[in-house]
Amino acid sequence: MINKKVDSVQEALQGVSSNMTFMFGGFGLSGIAENAIAELVEIGVKGLTCISNNAGVDDFGLGLLLQQKQINKMVSSYVGENEEFERQMLSGELDVELIPQGTLAERCRAAQAGFPAIYTPAGFGTEVAIGKETREFDGKMYVLEHAFKADFAFVKAWKGDAAGNLVFKGSARNFNPNMCGAAKITVAEVEELVPVGILDPNHIHIPGIFVNRIFQGEHYEKRIEQRTVRQRD
Amino acid sequence: MLDKNGIAKRIAQEVQDGYYVNLGIGIPTLVANYVRNDIEVDFQSENGVLGMGPFPFEGEEDADIINAGKQTITTLPGASFFDSAMSFSMIRGQHVDLTILGAMEVSENGDIANWKIPGKMVKGMGGAMDLVASAENIIVAMMHTNRAGESKLLKRCSLPLTGVGCVKKIVTNLAVLEVTNDGFKLLERAPNVSVEDIKNATQGHLIVEGDIPEMNL
Repeated sequence: MINKKVDSVQEALQGVSSNMTFMFGGFGLSGIAENAIAELVEIGVKGLTCISNNAGVDDFGLGLLLQQKQINKMVSSYVGENEEFERQMLSGELDVELIPQGTLAERCRAAQAGFPAIYTPAGFGTEVAIGKETREFDGKMYVLEHAFKADFAFVKAWKGDAAGNLVFKGSARNFNPNMCGAAKITVAEVEELVPVGILDPNHIHIPGIFVNRIFQGEHYEKRIEQRTVRQRD
Repeated sequence: MLDKNGIAKRIAQEVQDGYYVNLGIGIPTLVANYVRNDIEVDFQSENGVLGMGPFPFEGEEDADIINAGKQTITTLPGASFFDSAMSFSMIRGQHVDLTILGAMEVSENGDIANWKIPGKMVKGMGGAMDLVASAENIIVAMMHTNRAGESKLLKRCSLPLTGVGCVKKIVTNLAVLEVTNDGFKLLERAPNVSVEDIKNATQGHLIVEGDIPEMNL
């Protein structure tokens, strides 16, 4: 077994520096790499380009990096619910590239899978396609979208082992599996690091080959963005 | 005239047995409340859930089980979770049968705008561009006019587009309309709404042929 385990978030983030491009898993605040984000705030790297479906909320998730003005550019599909983000974007401090959610996922997957680019129908005829190559297949128009290039991918899983194998829980899976192996270095943090051999090979979502470093996060807040409930009869 | 729940109730009639359905945020979310319970329908949420159930009981919320609106949800027996690439494989690959979403503007040739107001509001398109570029069957749920009283059914959209020539049907507080090659074809009127009212609230080309029946809710 090839060991991917590191002992701390500090060790896991060795090599990060300003002006790098990072991928962050998560949808809203669900399945985000809470420990890696907190450590990036601590380290204080700046001028970052962040590829993440959302930008967190004002005081949590990537919002913490925005607050410290560590992010230069966001590549996202949806950025509502974040006042500081909106302020930085409208004032021009923050460069924002909005792309369709499926395109975001597939540009990650393409990087993971060794495809330089993919054709997608999403965004054809809209401002998203401006300046991009388009092509017709069987009478329908498609836009050429390139694989992402990133220095680090920060993903979060439910369980993992020292081999780097990952298991996700619920909809916290989202972009995390697509970003594994899509950057030069993939750092996975897990709620529970279990001994090797415990995870059933049939039930592993991401094989360890896609993960470079794995650690157990010290603490997870797992904040709920929209708490919706129904009444008992 | 219908309220938001009325629009949802009318759209629910379009949902058929065996459909996989993706519901957008806002009025579309309400559609789930009105689908007949004698048919089998699975709701897909593009963040990675198929087989969505109702909201959880208080105390049973799980931060790891949410829908595309980031609301806590439950899953039904037979449900599954998956990653974002697979979720959009379902959408782009046309495995989802019906997409219902909101809009700021729709044009008479089926263009839709719902993600950006330049200089004012930029929340992003989320999965909307993938959904409208791929789905065979797209229904727009929206109010017929905006808060300023201006028509949202236009000759041409003035806002940045989400997709071109993709909307097939529109259900508003005033009417049910089909997008045809010649413009918006009026199919049904909401209760207590006249054809004249609909004409006045529609800026794009409206086609009225024969008697227009009132919606059967």
